[in-house]
Amino acid sequence: MMTHGPILQVVLPLLVAPICFVFSRFHRFCWIVACVISWIGLFISIRLFFQAEQGVIVYELGGWAAPWGIEYVIDRLNAFILVIISAVAAIVFPYSLTSIKAEIDPRQRGLYFTCMLLCLAGLLGIAITGDAFNLFVLLEISSLSTYTLIALGRDRRALASSFQYLIMGTIGATFILISVGLLYSLTGTLNMADLAERTQNLHTSRTLKVAYSFLIVGIGLKLAMFPLHLWLPNAYAYAPSAVTVFLASTATKVAIYVLLRFLFNVFGITFSFELLQTEWILIGLGLISMLFASIVAVFQQNIKRMLAYSSVAQVGYILLGIGLLNINGLTAALLHIFNHALIKGALFMSLGAICFRVGNTELKNIAGIGRMMPWTMAAFVAGGISLIGIPSSVGFISKWFLILAAIEKGWWPIVVIISICSLIAVAYIWRVIETAYFKTPQDSGTRYVEAPLSLLIPTWILVFLNYLFGTSATFTIDFAATTATLLLGAGR
Amino acid sequence: MLAITALAVIRMRSLFAVVILFGIYSLLTAVLFVVLDAVDVAFTEAAVGAGISIVLMLGTLLIAGRRADADTHTPLLPLFIVVITGAVLVWGTFDMPHFADPQDPAHQHVAPRYIYDSLAEIGIPNMVTSVLASYRGFDTFGELIVVFTALVGVMALLGIPERRQSRRQVSEKTGPEFSGPILTIGASWMIPFIVLFALYVQFHGDFGPGGGFQAGVIFCSAFVLYALIFGIELTYKTVRPKLLILTSASGVLLYAGTGFVSIILDGNFLDYNVLSNTPKAGQHLGIFLVELGVGITVASVLILIFFSIVQSRKRRYQMQPDNHLDSQVRE
Amino acid sequence: MIDSIVGLYNYWIAIFLMMAGFYTVIASDNLVKKIVGLNIFQTSVFILYISLGKVEGGSPPIVSANIDVYSNPLPHVLILTAIVVGVATTALGLSLIIRIKKAYGSVEESDIIEADQQMLEPTQDEKQ
Repeated sequence: MMTHGPILQVVLPLLVAPICFVFSRFHRFCWIVACVISWIGLFISIRLFFQAEQGVIVYELGGWAAPWGIEYVIDRLNAFILVIISAVAAIVFPYSLTSIKAEIDPRQRGLYFTCMLLCLAGLLGIAITGDAFNLFVLLEISSLSTYTLIALGRDRRALASSFQYLIMGTIGATFILISVGLLYSLTGTLNMADLAERTQNLHTSRTLKVAYSFLIVGIGLKLAMFPLHLWLPNAYAYAPSAVTVFLASTATKVAIYVLLRFLFNVFGITFSFELLQTEWILIGLGLISMLFASIVAVFQQNIKRMLAYSSVAQVGYILLGIGLLNINGLTAALLHIFNHALIKGALFMSLGAICFRVGNTELKNIAGIGRMMPWTMAAFVAGGISLIGIPSSVGFISKWFLILAAIEKGWWPIVVIISICSLIAVAYIWRVIETAYFKTPQDSGTRYVEAPLSLLIPTWILVFLNYLFGTSATFTIDFAATTATLLLGAGR
Repeated sequence: MLAITALAVIRMRSLFAVVILFGIYSLLTAVLFVVLDAVDVAFTEAAVGAGISIVLMLGTLLIAGRRADADTHTPLLPLFIVVITGAVLVWGTFDMPHFADPQDPAHQHVAPRYIYDSLAEIGIPNMVTSVLASYRGFDTFGELIVVFTALVGVMALLGIPERRQSRRQVSEKTGPEFSGPILTIGASWMIPFIVLFALYVQFHGDFGPGGGFQAGVIFCSAFVLYALIFGIELTYKTVRPKLLILTSASGVLLYAGTGFVSIILDGNFLDYNVLSNTPKAGQHLGIFLVELGVGITVASVLILIFFSIVQSRKRRYQMQPDNHLDSQVRE
Repeated sequence: MIDSIVGLYNYWIAIFLMMAGFYTVIASDNLVKKIVGLNIFQTSVFILYISLGKVEGGSPPIVSANIDVYSNPLPHVLILTAIVVGVATTALGLSLIIRIKKAYGSVEESDIIEADQQMLEPTQDEKQ
């Protein structure tokens, strides 16, 4: 059975989703099933991760060899992404049951789990597939379920932001579809490895360049690359808390993976960087989104929205790391994919706990909450420290490598900008801490009690991981560095 | 023609006309697809674009209102973006292989195997069905999941359709949407034929254009017609929403189940060769099963979405931004 | 030059239609119209794909005895999938519109933005 690991990873959630749908009235049942599936998924992905260390795993669907059939290809890079997604799912699913009690109508709770399973399967599928068109289909599975999940938020603005995301997301997907069509017209294939081979001697083709740019724009919409990030802050702010946790730690990461895959493997370094000089675009957009989004984050009144802008900034760090195009930069990018999932997971989860008691995440309403919900706020502070990048937290490690990479190039202004952005992060995290600990509630009668353990335990697991991988980081660093070397070597 | 229709859509303010124009646009596209030899696609485009999409859009217009306000913001920025995008695309086409040239790489690399070997490997004449259900069977599974996801989404947003609970509500509006002997009799004659045609399309997909998806859409259209003529309440009596929920899930399970049977029989997921004694018989069986799964799910999903949209007219949805749903949660 | 015009005009028409749809999506204020625009945009991409699949003198890809040139079946399969994805997106978009109409009382984007801003204003007053 273990040879079928790659397909089971994706199909198991898809198999139980219809069952959850039929029994959606019994949301506890759906919850148990979803949790079990997410843990099995985590187990499979860890096994695949160690298998992929030994060599690339290929799984031919329907028994048809690629490029005629669709194949799943797992190498070091996407095995790593798979572990991130399934680990986040394995923590968010148990967290969900309590969290959605305050935020989702009882009749919709079963459907919530169905959608989460579908979204999980879609994201895993995107990370695993080796076929460009299959990627589009899986992308739509995850997108449609994401739109629904966002719209489940209680505020009516959740509906409007979900619709906005639906429009932008579909435009992005259609751009990817156009690009795949152009690639097909040039090469006659849809398989990624085959595409890489067959585009080698087409580098001067204008059609290839257009296909390339449409793909970048399409993926850019999905990963909220500046200035295509407009959908993200609203979507994250008004979605139910558990959904925000899940999306913030997985969805953009998968999009970055797709970007890496196409830049380095499908189009190849020679085309993407030596010929088209994409690194300047990545560096430029990365820096702008870091600065712009960090500054905007400081002025937000809603903490969730503030963290959403911070996510846009963090995507900027990752893009910058890719754009620096040396081993340290790419290592930083890969590390930050993982680390940011941990950081934002912990932060949004503690916000979810606050939301559970307070009912919303407006800054003015959390005054004095540090004393009423000490454990929740402590988790937030710990996550915030990691976000800022203080040594011994994971946030420090990725920033450290990013700075190393910039120094290696001798680009001191970038080092300065990175430090400025970290200082701005201090500013916006401090605003929350100040309000929570040093202000008294406007209405002195309000009392909140500590969040239930079912929310605190998953939150603290993530906080713990933040510092575990922050203090003993050799494993992740080694892994990221080797993968980075492989990626950079692939096109040379 | 297409261009005129598309431009008309931009200018029109009456949403009703916009939707109908889109139907015309779809039909024209379908005709174009026939000219370009894509009969299966033409069939689907006509059934979906000019059929189901239009019905759903009109259903929405009943609630959302028929007229659009004049666009307030200046159209310059969008126009600029569009012109740039279009110019880039046109620039890109200059190195594209020419239209319909048999020497195009698109026709040289992967496709010949589908064209020349699929009869020997799969054993059915319609290559589109072979590629759809076997070579790229996982795409089709993904497509089925997309449809299913849309259903879950619509249900989550608009609520699960239910039969009316209270008597009073029933008496309020049990009457058919449109009545009259000609329509009633005409419809009662037509509906059996539509269903029969759907079944034909379902099971004849191996040989001619058609297959599970098209059959599902046609099947759905029979119910839409029934609902329009005899009223939605009566339709609920004929097909209970609960039953449809069950069938929509079972179609997906049938598809996935076929894949798992292949795994148990020592093949890869969705490898039909191992399903029977000879590969050809296995392929036949596999394709039959998955097409059936597609047909069942698509039909029930579309009918359910139609029900939801129609029913949402009378539903109320609560949005309470600042209050807890569960009052106990706070303590 | 003339050769390339003849060889490419089909794609250009598809591109023109795409851009018409794209324009409708981003320029119109009405949400239903946006969805229609999205559909036109996608349908035109389908035309591009199907044009890719056409082979001179070919016939529909269904094996029959006395035909030996067939059009390419692969784009047809891809577009069948894409059409289904399109209708799924449309259905979801439409039900979002219905909910938006019920929650905001309007399906015009500008009205919605205005309503949201009005909601924000009182909170700013409270602060002062």
